[in-house]
Amino acid sequence: MKTKLSQGDIQHVAKLAKLPVSKEQLKKFYEQLLSVVGYMSKIQKLDTNNVVETSQITGLENVFREDEIDEKRLLTQDQTLANTKRKYKGYFVVDAVFDNE
Amino acid sequence: MLLDKTISELKIGLLKGEFTSVDLVNECYRNIKTINPKVNAFITIVDQEIALKKAKEADKKLKNANSLLLGIPFVLKDAYLSKDLLTTCASDVLEDFIPPYSATVYKKLEDAGAILLGKMNMDAWGHGGSSENTDFGPVKNPWNLERVAGGSSGGPAAAIATRMTSFAIGEDTGGSIRNPSAWCNTTGLKVTYGRVSRYGCIAYASSFDSVGPMGKTVQDCAYILETIAGRDPYDATSSPQPVPSYIQKLSESVKGLTIGLPKEFFREGLNEEIRNSIFFMAKELKKLGIKIKEISMPLFDYGIPVYYLIGPSETSSNLARYDGIRFGQGRENFSEETMRRIMIGTYALSAGYYDAYYRKAQQARTLFVREYQKALAECEALLMPVNPTPPTKIGELMSDPLQNLLADVYTTSQNPVGVPSLAVPCGFTKDNLPIGAQIVGNMFSEDILLRIGFQYQQVTDWHKKYPILK
Repeated sequence: MKTKLSQGDIQHVAKLAKLPVSKEQLKKFYEQLLSVVGYMSKIQKLDTNNVVETSQITGLENVFREDEIDEKRLLTQDQTLANTKRKYKGYFVVDAVFDNE
Repeated sequence: MLLDKTISELKIGLLKGEFTSVDLVNECYRNIKTINPKVNAFITIVDQEIALKKAKEADKKLKNANSLLLGIPFVLKDAYLSKDLLTTCASDVLEDFIPPYSATVYKKLEDAGAILLGKMNMDAWGHGGSSENTDFGPVKNPWNLERVAGGSSGGPAAAIATRMTSFAIGEDTGGSIRNPSAWCNTTGLKVTYGRVSRYGCIAYASSFDSVGPMGKTVQDCAYILETIAGRDPYDATSSPQPVPSYIQKLSESVKGLTIGLPKEFFREGLNEEIRNSIFFMAKELKKLGIKIKEISMPLFDYGIPVYYLIGPSETSSNLARYDGIRFGQGRENFSEETMRRIMIGTYALSAGYYDAYYRKAQQARTLFVREYQKALAECEALLMPVNPTPPTKIGELMSDPLQNLLADVYTTSQNPVGVPSLAVPCGFTKDNLPIGAQIVGNMFSEDILLRIGFQYQQVTDWHKKYPILK
């Protein structure tokens, strides 16, 4: 396993998280995350052999509800679109995913 | 000042007609006008006329209502959705977001007749322990305006301390209720995970987030919790456990209870004055008939890595929804601290590192659950510090991201486990800065924690001290 963080890793992670990061920021974040991830890496020293993972601590399993429409929670189309900057005929407008050649 | 009174005293005064809810609300706004410009606790102040209208309605209903909080003014951390009222989470990303629905906790308080005065400043998205990571300017500590109020629920704590509100709802993912309570000399309860609905609470780390009361006293917190606790069909992680009468149970005997002092929480790194104050508190508890015993929690050192691997992982996923398309501004508006946390989480979850970081932390989380279970099998509660130091100077923590994270050392390990923790004032430094302690208990043992805290506040008066602003 590679444990040493590289500047390329930061660039990759920023891209995965869709964070616009400038060149100067990249350098700064790299230094900072190196020290933070370095500190957190001490968890490797802990023996967790045969220990199951815990992802939630509610003690609840399989919480069901009736598959019915709850009209109290329905938003109107106007309410749904009220906070967007870009709309068109009742739709959200998004950037194209594929470029037109 | 009316607002020096506890909720129970306010309720009696309202019922006897000694004063009205309108009087209370007017007093809050007078204080907000003079004090808020100095401490910067509010992001949004509700129009006074709207609050007064609600107060008048409450005054009419007083005689024949059985609500615990009818006519009592409160504020919400700006992490809770409030229908038709700006909700920012202290981030420019949500600078103009008007929610189309309200959080369950807000709805419950509205239904109870409590009166919302404002939405409070905080660390954006809950990312911080000092209320400096906000796009609305830092919250200043009312005990010393050059220092931070703590965070992330800094605005609510500062507003309670300065009597701009009677109580507040905070949110605690890794200390966010307890830390500012301790640094502002107020009382705050991080509830058991699932005790209070998270519906409409802007998510930081979904498996850690807990919604809880902040007030002047432990008794106030019991009044608030009794109103907001309980299962909510809109939050599948909210617990079906019945809600006891926390208020009634406050005066039950604490004699014979055992409180553990985990020695690892009192080692080097803890400020001497804070350590002494908590040991002094332990002596007071002993006088109440509580047994104090030293115990060991050897996993202590791994608390920060577990928290700061899982928390950022969950936040990287939760904050992925802020795309600027359906609501809010684009992702370039995240602060650097928030970007760092998103990147740490994305890294811990990414291919090649998942096993070494995220999975490892989830396994360590299991060990922490066991460690707390073991400690709380031999004691009813644990007594611990909240902060390693008194409130820091504004700017001090922000200059070093790692130090900023380490300031949460005592409050982060409870959230991955889910246990409740009550923060109470227990002294002052020689520079007149507040000191708090936390009492941690078993899952759903809020009644025991509140009982211990209440009886401690019957024999001490730290919680009665409030700051005089210059």
